[in-house]
Amino acid sequence: MYTLYDKLWNQHLVHTESNDADSMALLYIDRHLIHEVTSPQAFESLKLAGRKPWRVNSILAVADHNVPTTGRNQGINDPVSRLQVDTLDENCEELGITEFKMHDMRQGIVHVIGPEQGATLPGMTVVCGDSHTSTHGAFGCLAFGIGTSEVEHVLATQCLLAKKSRTMRIVVEGKLGLGVTAKDIALAVIGKIGTAGGTGYAIEFAGSAIQSLSMEGRMTLCNMAIEAGARAGMVAVDDTTIEYIKGRPFAPQGDLWDRAVAYWRTLHSDADAEFDKSITLNAAEIRPQVTWGTSPEMVTTIDGCVPDPANVADQIKRHDMEQALKYMDLQPNTPIQSIMLDKIFIGSCTNSRIEDLRAAAEVIRDRHIAPTIKLALVVPGSGLVKQQAEKEGLDKIFVAAGFEWREPGCSMCLAMNDDRLSRGERCASTSNRNFEGRQGPGGRTHLVSPAMAAAAAVEGHFVDVSKFGIS
Amino acid sequence: MEKFQTFTGVVAPLDRANVDTDAIIPKQFLKSIKRTGFGQNLFDEWRYLDHGEPGMDVSQRQLNPDFILNLPRYQSASILLARDNFGCGSSREHAPWALQDYGFKVIIAPSFADIFFNNCFKIGLLPIVLEVKFLDQLFREVNQTEGYALTVNLQDQVLIKSTGEHIPFTVDTFRKHCLLNGLDDIGLTLQHAEKIKAYEQKRREQQPWLFV
Ligand code: SF4
Repeated sequence: MYTLYDKLWNQHLVHTESNDADSMALLYIDRHLIHEVTSPQAFESLKLAGRKPWRVNSILAVADHNVPTTGRNQGINDPVSRLQVDTLDENCEELGITEFKMHDMRQGIVHVIGPEQGATLPGMTVVCGDSHTSTHGAFGCLAFGIGTSEVEHVLATQCLLAKKSRTMRIVVEGKLGLGVTAKDIALAVIGKIGTAGGTGYAIEFAGSAIQSLSMEGRMTLCNMAIEAGARAGMVAVDDTTIEYIKGRPFAPQGDLWDRAVAYWRTLHSDADAEFDKSITLNAAEIRPQVTWGTSPEMVTTIDGCVPDPANVADQIKRHDMEQALKYMDLQPNTPIQSIMLDKIFIGSCTNSRIEDLRAAAEVIRDRHIAPTIKLALVVPGSGLVKQQAEKEGLDKIFVAAGFEWREPGCSMCLAMNDDRLSRGERCASTSNRNFEGRQGPGGRTHLVSPAMAAAAAVEGHFVDVSKFGIS
Repeated sequence: MEKFQTFTGVVAPLDRANVDTDAIIPKQFLKSIKRTGFGQNLFDEWRYLDHGEPGMDVSQRQLNPDFILNLPRYQSASILLARDNFGCGSSREHAPWALQDYGFKVIIAPSFADIFFNNCFKIGLLPIVLEVKFLDQLFREVNQTEGYALTVNLQDQVLIKSTGEHIPFTVDTFRKHCLLNGLDDIGLTLQHAEKIKAYEQKRREQQPWLFV
């Protein structure tokens, strides 16, 4: 009668003040991932208070937000970015924390490398000073983003003060249509429940459509749980999960592997478990999604049009839509397929894994980006993803089609390095946030799947990828 | 952390839903390795007409005369009224740091994003959840009255209007205790160090693969 979330919660409970569901609990943290932007202040305070990390081997660090995606051997140009990356290096060296440095083949976006290394395992609590930590929930673990003060708290105590969330199950049943991916499920869910729909909840994704997703797809989905307001998203452990983990560097081996697998097999919601809220979607009805506004809930399908605020009764909502359309420079009722693009970005912790790159490459193979596209970027999620893609010849397909093939990092997902949109530029992006200025001040972001981004690159405007002869 | 004391402050209205942390403090300012100095870049994209970068002298920049916080009547505001899902988006604690550094002590909204809500308490900024009907009324009154102020009494969990009218609010007991006493919650957690060690030992036996 327990949900997966209940099981994970109970397993990690160190202390509670009372049995009251609303009281603060002390949760033990198994894996602490760290990056350069949200950790420096935590390390500084830790030192000032004369404290040391509680368990150094629970920590894995990597610089991803600020690192350049070209000319890496010349180092980081921007002195402020460089200082942040150097500070991470120094802190890790001083405290003996494992870090994949910028020139390490294993370096990449923190949410890509954790699973890739097997550092994210089922049944763990995983935290990181980054909201997209929800990604790791794909492995049947409890994973969520924390703020800098909490990073310090976990460093110092290996625990976190937390309140139990309510539970929500999102069931997607059936078979996805041609060209419809985990990204489209994620956007369709957010379109349905809204960006605050999951606030206060931990979401479990279930149903036959979810079970047939690869681990990459499940990660894409859980990654976007935070965009639905839920701190944590998760998927139960099954053969796909265990298959993925087997043989990864940080994964258990031999005897321990068998013991671990036996435990992992229990990580699913019991058949009679009750959720505070349940939502069901029919996979066959989900169409490729494109956002038109400045929040991921402002989304429609590739066959749709930009909505008209005049049809919205709620005054605050209408006002938000008007503001979004003004920022996006879009007119109500414009068909999505007629929206012309300036730039294409394939990357981010949502969609930069090998499967994402394969899907995009399939679309652009033997084709070329439209002459109106000023820049099309592919930024692999990690050095190892990049290496694998190159082994498969995907880099050549991208480059022949007019894409730039870059070094791994967050890149134009949030434009903290040099990859960004200029004012007024419009981008089809595989990232997770279309907030104002996210990809560069005045830049306009439309969120889509990798295959949809690749198709848009070819046509210069949005187009239904299922018409591209994909498998 | 400073103790949270009862105070009376000017209220500023930000009548937008889904105000995200990228809007509260744009990412170019996250490159700092400090906790302070973010206030001058709070809402940077909305507040200034030019594009801001770290290290710029903000006194030389052109303010957006239409942005609400730039109106003279809200200059000394320490209480912010907001709408649904305030603080959504990234986990950056720089957002509450920026609000606090600017001078805000309290944010009032019908709902907050979870991580942002948590982060506020950690630094002594108080997020208050109020029902929409109370907020609508506050928005109306603030717009109508220049210099509109509220008294925030955390001990008794009430907002007090200048007319004497009380609006009660709820707050988690533990968090209230920490705010009122300015407590460092790492210190509090470390009081349970023995329990943490015992737990760890048990897990080490049951799931040794987590500790290699
Ligand atoms: S890729 Fe984007 S969303 Fe993911 S961690 Fe980096 S900046 Fe955050």
